[in-house]
Amino acid sequence: MTTRPVTRRNAVLGITAAAAVLARPSILRAQSTARVVVVGGGFGGATCARALKRAQADLQVILIEPNAVFTSCPFSNEVIAGLRDIEVQQFGYDGLAAGGVTVIGQAVTTIEPQRRSVMTTEGVALPYDRLVLSPGIDFHFEALPGYDEAASDKMPHAWKAGTQTLLLRKQLEAMADGGVVAIAIPANPSRCPPAPYERASLIAHYLKTRKPRSKVLILDAKDSFSQQRLFERAWKELYGDMIERVALSQGGRVTSVDASTGTIITEFGNYTPDVANVIPAQRAGHIAEIAGATDATGWCPIDPVTFESKLTPNIHVIGDACLGGGIPKSASAAGAQGKACASAIVNLIAGRAPETPRLTGICYNTVAPGYGFSLAGNYQPRGDIFAEVEGGATSPVDAPRELRAREAAEAERWFQTITADTFG
Amino acid sequence: MAALINVPAKARRGDIIEIRTLTSHIMETGFRHTADGALVPRDIITSFTCRYNGAEIFRADLFPAIAANPYLSFFTVAKESGKFEFAWIGDNGYTSTASAPITVE
Repeated sequence: MTTRPVTRRNAVLGITAAAAVLARPSILRAQSTARVVVVGGGFGGATCARALKRAQADLQVILIEPNAVFTSCPFSNEVIAGLRDIEVQQFGYDGLAAGGVTVIGQAVTTIEPQRRSVMTTEGVALPYDRLVLSPGIDFHFEALPGYDEAASDKMPHAWKAGTQTLLLRKQLEAMADGGVVAIAIPANPSRCPPAPYERASLIAHYLKTRKPRSKVLILDAKDSFSQQRLFERAWKELYGDMIERVALSQGGRVTSVDASTGTIITEFGNYTPDVANVIPAQRAGHIAEIAGATDATGWCPIDPVTFESKLTPNIHVIGDACLGGGIPKSASAAGAQGKACASAIVNLIAGRAPETPRLTGICYNTVAPGYGFSLAGNYQPRGDIFAEVEGGATSPVDAPRELRAREAAEAERWFQTITADTFG
Repeated sequence: MAALINVPAKARRGDIIEIRTLTSHIMETGFRHTADGALVPRDIITSFTCRYNGAEIFRADLFPAIAANPYLSFFTVAKESGKFEFAWIGDNGYTSTASAPITVE
């Protein structure tokens, strides 16, 4: 495991300085250089902000992000399984500030696309030439009766990393041997499609080593899933029959929950597990809706060449929130989109035609310490979405354990690289 | 796998109740060819019926466009205690049955 230090120091200092300057927006507006405001400091937004500044040093780049510390979802399943400390998952915005990005530690309340202006919680109005939204996901609570913010305190989703991650870990630690841990998985589109299965694997690892009479029960709204053969092979190899999966066609779709009794209700049965990890259906983060960038699906249709919203001009949407087609909602894809979007914006501001992006996304799954596999894909615009193109690769189903060990080590290096690339 | 049935165990007389069924079946359309060009013969469920204490209350005819593992959900009025009986009939002599009790108070 890595011992990378936490980088949340001095984040507050940078924000205070930025807010003092921004309290006089009229002065900033008078400046001649173009201004890009990025909302959301996750893998998509932070990468985009840095890439913008790198591509054009005189561009004013402002990142608006209410949290001083970002907690990474990738590798958070290892935190749940007790294999990793959450501090290793946390990153501040000093690196961005040092690179010339103005970081504002506030939330966005309103967006006025006509006036090209963003308003923050503290009443700061920020005019922009181009706005980038990287709001990630929010939960579609209406789609799962009985589940809401309050229910998530009892039946954690742990689908946004942080306190929820730690809550699920605590529940696992408190569970007696012989218990059942249920994981309710929604249909796609969903953030990081293989992650629920990685989670099932790592929870099984925790149970096998600490509470070997326990079980993992997957209640799934899907019949097939990403890298299914690799997962199923690994489960058989490592965990025997510890993991039971009820697929969609076996009645696995969860239709409602009752948090007061800890019951998960599927189309054909009721379950009262000892620990209930309920992952609800998702949609684009709330900010995208405020901007008028979401359609009836709850996600944001974009022009895949520029990431500009199809619904509202001068606003670009990247990361999990956009309707990406074949490109998965992953940290790796969000980072790639952030860079491509930055390049498109720099060209658009200069009056040049944007280049057609060719994105690469990679996804590592760790199913036990020293046992990993991966999926890499290349994506290019086709019509309104991204389509997967040639050159992708998935780990072989039949492979020696040395390869799995090598991929587990690669996964850790990938995490170091992408977080350094994103946060500096 | 046997069919999955979801009928409320109890209901009040006059209640509108939902019944759900799901049966595992490949629903091969009969339009596909193998790699060497041979037609994959049709193999689908063609008919589904539900009886409530002997009287038919729901019937569906299924066609090649219906996806694998047909899921059917419908509503009826709870009139009396008794039994729901379900039957699926299909190509190649396929038959499958299931039943579920209900108590009406």
